[in-house]
Amino acid sequence: MGQITLNQITKSFGDVQVIPPLDLRIEDGEFVVFVGPSGCGKSTLLRLIAGLEDVSSGKITIDGKEATEVPPAKRGLAMVFQSYALYPHMSVRKNIAFPLRMAGLDKAAQKEKVEAAAKVLNLTDYLDRRPGQLSGGQRQRVAIGRAIVREPAAFLFDEPLSNLDAALRVNMRLEISELHQTLKTTMIYVTHDQVEAMTMADKIVVLQAGVIEQVGSPLELYHTPRNKFVAGFIGSPKMNFFMGSFAAEFGAATIGVRPEHLTVSQDGGKWAGKVGVSEHLGSDTFLYVDMDGVDEPITVRSSGEVGFRHGDTVHLTPDPDKIHRFDNQGLRMA
Amino acid sequence: MATQHSRSAARLMMTPAVVLLLGWMLVPLILTLYFSFKKYLPLRGDSLERGLDWVGFENYVRFISSSSFWPSVQTTLIIVGGVLLITVVLGIFLALLLDQPFWGQGVVRILVIAPFFVMPTVSALVWKNMFMDPINGILAHLWRFFGAEPISWLSDASLQSLILIVSWQWLPFATLILLTAVQSLDSEQLEAAEMDGASPVARFGFIVLPHLSRAITIVILIQTIFLLSIFAEIFVTTGGAFGTRTLTYLIFQRVIDSQNIGLGSAGGVYAIILANIVAIFLMRIVGKNLDR
Ligand SMILES: Nc1ncnc2c1ncn2[C@@H]1O[C@H](COP(=O)(O)OP(=O)(O)O)[C@@H](O)[C@H]1O
Ligand SMILES: [Mg+2]
Repeated sequence: MGQITLNQITKSFGDVQVIPPLDLRIEDGEFVVFVGPSGCGKSTLLRLIAGLEDVSSGKITIDGKEATEVPPAKRGLAMVFQSYALYPHMSVRKNIAFPLRMAGLDKAAQKEKVEAAAKVLNLTDYLDRRPGQLSGGQRQRVAIGRAIVREPAAFLFDEPLSNLDAALRVNMRLEISELHQTLKTTMIYVTHDQVEAMTMADKIVVLQAGVIEQVGSPLELYHTPRNKFVAGFIGSPKMNFFMGSFAAEFGAATIGVRPEHLTVSQDGGKWAGKVGVSEHLGSDTFLYVDMDGVDEPITVRSSGEVGFRHGDTVHLTPDPDKIHRFDNQGLRMA
Repeated sequence: MATQHSRSAARLMMTPAVVLLLGWMLVPLILTLYFSFKKYLPLRGDSLERGLDWVGFENYVRFISSSSFWPSVQTTLIIVGGVLLITVVLGIFLALLLDQPFWGQGVVRILVIAPFFVMPTVSALVWKNMFMDPINGILAHLWRFFGAEPISWLSDASLQSLILIVSWQWLPFATLILLTAVQSLDSEQLEAAEMDGASPVARFGFIVLPHLSRAITIVILIQTIFLLSIFAEIFVTTGGAFGTRTLTYLIFQRVIDSQNIGLGSAGGVYAIILANIVAIFLMRIVGKNLDR
């Protein structure tokens, strides 16, 4: 079980309110990702759930039981920290066994559980090493192992992959998703990387300055962002925004078109512009097109190879069904 | 080429320091060794100009067979051990305390360091006259206030008093080193341990103490070096009486009171040997913390 409810919780550090009143319901077995720019309060929110910080007001319920005043160890949650927070003077075996030892489990049971976890995480050969003798990915797995053996109601991850290199990050992303499939335990995962959020989450919570901008499945957020912030944050490359007369034509203050919903041609189209940089990825080409009356270059994603040169004049045409309209408050218009 | 050049240039520039240091150490060491094999009693007319008589190991035999030798070694070890124990335990406690955020932290930290700046002679005199004096000392007043008989600290509990005075001087050093170590502990480790169900005591034992082990080692090694040779504190308080005669003090008495330089030098060589035994012993038990 791992059903968590946040009811009107707030958090202030001194006079600064980092989390304004916030409600959130996390279902049992869900993979929830908190995503948002750096400093928006993701870690703080996670630490409130963990109990490492006390809420300034509001109520936290875990599996229907009030948990606001319950100390961290008693909440039945396990956390994986960004720095891994392994105990440097203990072997991998002792690190993983630590929560069991603290719980007073006998030696034989400890050994059994540690070895089972090590097997799942491919750590069997490293059990007698110290954390200092492991690679980043292995340390990450030890940290996860230490969380798994507790059989928690929910796992909390705070940017667990941000210290890994790109290739390893993709691997670990898959491993964590795989782990979620096997264990079916609730996972709350914090990241500033929207790709991680899109690929791993059942449910994404987009945060900005402590406020929840939108909650939904990855595709919901992609197709129907509730406001400009979410529209710009979710999706890669970022959505293009047009204002002024471009938007007025569609009866909106701002319109947004994703790079993959623009077609580009040399012969004619809706908007004209000049090609700037083009990035050739093989499978796709990203064109950056400068348009008069738009501040930032417009990003266009075309599949395959496209043979435009720097300075060519091109015409862009948006897919009419895929235009997002926003009013002057930045909210989505029906 | 470039590295060769800069290397020889570096050697050249280090030379004065190396020569000075070597001279500083070697000259007294060689002189001590030299005198320890000679009969050298200035009051009986011995002097360097007239030449000293070679007496072989006679000074060594006399020094070690004196009835004060083993008690002085024992006293030295008790004082060093006692001070180390008190400063390390209290130092850890104070370091943890000073690491907590509280009002006036900056001032308190400076106050804690203050005793370290007081000269040993001065601090020992302050303790002797203002605290431990059986008639006018603050402690005597305190004892009388509670209706107890004042203790003559420096004669009845001389060794304990001495350990107290020296600990007071060295506590700031231990606290300071341990405080920096406490501050370098990753707070996420403590939080992880907290989530893993470790009580505050368990967190201290399993996380904080192992993290401090290296700093503790350094405190013990450095303090031992200095504590083996404490002198001023004994000189101004008990003058070596009441069982406070350390090896250093014994050597001092042999050279100055008995005016026997040869005998004192032999004692000096024993002191060197003792210091090395203690150092090897310490390296064995705590030094392995250093090569990590
Ligand atoms: N212990 C603290 N004391 C004061 N301010 C804090 C503390 N922890 C976090 N903050 C502030 O709260 C805000 C959110 O921080 P955080 O939750 O770490 O952001 P994120 O994890 O989303 O990058 C930041 O502006 C940060 O400066
Ligand atoms: Mg963070």
